[in-house]
Amino acid sequence: MAIEGMDIIKAAAFLGAGLSMGLGAIGPGVGEGMVAAKACEAIGKNPDEAGLLTRTMLVGQAVTESTGIYALVIALLLLFVV
Amino acid sequence: MAFDVETWVNVAAFVGGGTAMGFGAIGAAIGEGYTAADANLAISRNPAISGEIFKSMLVGQAIAESASIFALVIAMILLFTEFSNSSYITVCVLLASGLSMGLGAIGSGIGSGYPAAAACKGMARQPEMSGRLTTNMLIGSAVCQTPSIFALVTSFILLFTNFSGRPISPTWAAILGAGLSSGLAAIGSGLGGGLVAGASCEGISRQPLTVTPVTNVMLLGQAVTQTTAIYGLLVSFILMFKVFPETGSMAPPMALLGAGLCMGLGAIGPGVGEGCTAQNAVRWIARNEKATGDLTRIMLVGQAVAESTGIYALVISLILIFVV
Repeated sequence: MAIEGMDIIKAAAFLGAGLSMGLGAIGPGVGEGMVAAKACEAIGKNPDEAGLLTRTMLVGQAVTESTGIYALVIALLLLFVV
Repeated sequence: MAFDVETWVNVAAFVGGGTAMGFGAIGAAIGEGYTAADANLAISRNPAISGEIFKSMLVGQAIAESASIFALVIAMILLFTEFSNSSYITVCVLLASGLSMGLGAIGSGIGSGYPAAAACKGMARQPEMSGRLTTNMLIGSAVCQTPSIFALVTSFILLFTNFSGRPISPTWAAILGAGLSSGLAAIGSGLGGGLVAGASCEGISRQPLTVTPVTNVMLLGQAVTQTTAIYGLLVSFILMFKVFPETGSMAPPMALLGAGLCMGLGAIGPGVGEGCTAQNAVRWIARNEKATGDLTRIMLVGQAVAESTGIYALVISLILIFVV
């Protein structure tokens, strides 16, 4: 196999992108799931406040998503920019 | 496959950057999710102070986020810096730096979620204690973040030290070992410290009069829990700054890599276990203030026993570095 130098750099960039997004998706998945689960419980205990609780759930999930977005940014940089 | 060194440096930079951000995103997201979940439950219990709870949730989540921001910084540095002194050591430096910060962010991220969640729940239960709950949440989370700061320090030292005078073998293994030691050791201590801080916020909300003993024992318990992360940092420093003689065989490099893995992995268990101990000690001091002395004593004895395997790991690490 005669592999070029540039080739393996691209290969490493793709591997890095895969690692970044793959591992980076674990945390937000677990975290946002927990938020939604407790939101269901909260609304079950107090249905009158469903609007406020849903809004809080979405804000909480958005903040939790942020590290996943960082991982996505790094992955996109590795795929297209470097 | 014979590539020139620059190629391998770029390979290591990208794989290291991806690893740093990949691992670094896990912990903070789980911690923040846990916080938001309990905050929502707290709001449903006491909608009148939803504003306070919401603010606390955001502040707590911001602290949990900080470890991931460190990981993002390291990933950006790895991706975009031109590394001038290219050698096989630089390859290992970049991988080790990424691993150190990536792994180091996991524990602190998850751990910081606990005090924030407990503070939000506590506010629903006892709105008058909001100020004190926020204070304890901030103190507890800050102590909980220290292992990830150790990992960040290790990453930066790896990136910016001039290793050019060292022989390639076994320094390559020393560098990888240094990254793994700090990174892995931060997982247990970060998580454990968070458990304790969470219990202190819960305890204060249940029994506001016990603020002083709860906070004191929280700080004491967290301090003992952080010791294994300090061992990890110590081993990292030794591996980074000791100049090892040149060697041709495989045994010395593997000894150094083994030393890093040994201290790193060995610090996880005691960190979590001591955190659980201190968590329950703080919880029960809040319920039974008269027993503070007994509880503190048994907490310290229990933590010392839990520390034992961490000490074994430190001893074996040091033997691997200095004797073998």
